[in-house]
Amino acid sequence: MKLGFGYGVSHQLTRVKSPRYLLVLLSILFFSATAEAARISDLEETNVWEQMFRFFSMRDDVVRTALLGSVFLGVSCGLLGSFIVVRKLSLFGDTLSHAVLPGVAIGYLVAGQKDPFAIFFGATLAGILGTVMVNLIKKTTHIKEDSSLGMVLAGFYGVGIVLMNRIQKLPTGTQSGLDKFLFGQAAALSATEVWMIAGVAAASIVLVLLFYRQFLVGSFDIGFARSLGLPAGLFHYLLMMLLAFTVVVSLQAVGAVLVSAMLVIPAASAYLLTDRMHRMLIIASGFGIFSGVLGAFFSFLGNSLPTGPLMVLASSAVFTLSFFFSPKHGLVSRWRKRRSGQIRIENENTLKAIYQVRESYGFAGEGVKVKDLAIRMNETSDETLRRLQKLRAVGVCDLKEIEGKPFAFLNPEGWLRACAVVRNHRLWELYLTNQAEYEPDHVHDDAEIIEHVLGEETVRRLERLLDYPVEDPHGKLIPSLADLQRSLTQGGLDEKTTGYRMPNR
Amino acid sequence: MQEIPLETHDLTVAYDKRPVLYGVDVQVPEGKLVGIVGPNGAGKSTLIKAIMGIVPATGGWVKVFGDSFAKGAKRVGYVPQRESVDWDFPVNVMDVVLMGRYGKLGLMGRVRKSDREIAEACLDKVGMLPYAKRQISNLSGGQQQRVFLARALAQESDLYLMDEPFVGVDAATEAAIIELLRELKDRGKTILVVHHDLPTAQTYFDMLMLLNMRLVAFGPTKEVFTQELLQKTYGGRLTILSEVANTVLKESK
Repeated sequence: MKLGFGYGVSHQLTRVKSPRYLLVLLSILFFSATAEAARISDLEETNVWEQMFRFFSMRDDVVRTALLGSVFLGVSCGLLGSFIVVRKLSLFGDTLSHAVLPGVAIGYLVAGQKDPFAIFFGATLAGILGTVMVNLIKKTTHIKEDSSLGMVLAGFYGVGIVLMNRIQKLPTGTQSGLDKFLFGQAAALSATEVWMIAGVAAASIVLVLLFYRQFLVGSFDIGFARSLGLPAGLFHYLLMMLLAFTVVVSLQAVGAVLVSAMLVIPAASAYLLTDRMHRMLIIASGFGIFSGVLGAFFSFLGNSLPTGPLMVLASSAVFTLSFFFSPKHGLVSRWRKRRSGQIRIENENTLKAIYQVRESYGFAGEGVKVKDLAIRMNETSDETLRRLQKLRAVGVCDLKEIEGKPFAFLNPEGWLRACAVVRNHRLWELYLTNQAEYEPDHVHDDAEIIEHVLGEETVRRLERLLDYPVEDPHGKLIPSLADLQRSLTQGGLDEKTTGYRMPNR
Repeated sequence: MQEIPLETHDLTVAYDKRPVLYGVDVQVPEGKLVGIVGPNGAGKSTLIKAIMGIVPATGGWVKVFGDSFAKGAKRVGYVPQRESVDWDFPVNVMDVVLMGRYGKLGLMGRVRKSDREIAEACLDKVGMLPYAKRQISNLSGGQQQRVFLARALAQESDLYLMDEPFVGVDAATEAAIIELLRELKDRGKTILVVHHDLPTAQTYFDMLMLLNMRLVAFGPTKEVFTQELLQKTYGGRLTILSEVANTVLKESK
């Protein structure tokens, strides 16, 4: 937290130091960029709008197949990806998607053309072979899983690339369209391929809906699933089969290199947004569809850029947003939580200082001279005034001028909170010295932190343990919990006029 | 005739050809609270996992209420080790406890209202009902163990197998758990508990199973908790067994 503060300060300093050069540089950049853009837009702006219209009106067959393919692909990637992420199988997904590549090439060679079914079978077989090899290496040697996954991934992918290159050199090779299997091209999807993607998506949805419970308990606690007498192995293989099919049918649209990213990224983004599996499945599918469609759209807009990288870019953007703005796990909400905690601690420290100043005057008088407070907090009166204004904003403190000098007055609530902080601090010091056998001069720093986090339950236990102490290790009074509550109730009834009373009798 | 909740005969288990349990014969009578004790690596967890088929047995057989485990699974409740699952998994406390009902639901059955009520009652029994909607990663170790216990209770079984339910829990939770186990026993349930603390084992359990790759002894705590038998379980005499096991492993490579 302190680091963050430091950055803010230095940032301000740099801004103050070098404004002019930066401004000049920026304006030059800006003007040149707009000039450039104006020149390009003269030529292409109409094209872009036209293309967008063509895409979203879905008049073209090509656009329609590409769009449908991306939607179904997003659904199955989101569903299967969610299970992959919570089961920590991401690397396995990556290996599988690379291992299918030689199967694609062999399928092409056997069929003699780009036949979707031949390629499907070839790819599925290669995927299964890769999985078997990973398990074989893991079981028969002492090489661990991550290494065997890595080796199979690279080995199969290498074989795939070599075969692809051979095919490109065949007489019919240049029109094979196999190069699209590396980085994906949604526009190259045939109707048959879209049907296959839709089929896998439908199968995934139906099976996940039917066997949600079995998949859930198998993913969370496989041992318990077996103890229930469920065929846990069967459901595991079912899930792996669906995963393999999803990877294989997605190849044409996303490409072997990046299929695993489409599995992992939408699911991981959803994982940041929810704590329930069924919601994660729904959100991940939504993100999958969004990324798929956006990728297909930009690919279309950019004159058939490879779809895979664009889809992955879109899903990465979604992930970045979740990473920053997720309500529970997001960076921004975490930062805000920490910030509000810091403000509370700062206010509590001010309250404590007010207590200490009053204590030094034997609790005579109700207000505290701001100057005394500034001396106690080791800062200028202005800084202290700013602190007090923060307290006033929370509604626990009043500022008044008496004989031209500023005074701070706590209302009953503020006073109770001040007493509570002091009590926590001193009680903790006493606990450390008496029970944990710290030296009395070692305990202050620890208590400075603990005083802000002790809950009422713990305080009661500490009081009981220490036999309701009245003095801390340094001989100062400890305002007890019972005293505080008594003063709260009595203060409400009898002493409305004075506002608050001394906590210790 | 009284049913025998659990019977094993010559139950043998090996991991990667390395034997961890040799020929365990045991007959557990109904309505007993049984502790399984033994040194580290004695195969305590393996025994209960092998009973439920979570790890495959390499030899022998298991009968649960006179039938194979697959047929008797509905009458068996299980509390796995707390560390065996990922506590960041996206489920809340209620989801986990409802998993205890899955065995009764069949392949396609849905979770009904009555299942939810049972799950709530079980959560209440372990004092975790206020946490029903809590995500499981926000629980302390003792609370996690209580959730697992509630899940097992929701199974409404006649035989319970628990793997180290007292590890990493606070004293209050430990007392609450043992109280609950005794209550189950009084209702005629049979409970096997893997336990690693000898002094408490003596007071907690009716019967003890002393295990060190072999079943050293099984009987009422008073008869089994003797200097001689404990010496045999924890002393060095059985080390030859594990040495031989290692030799078997080397030979097979």
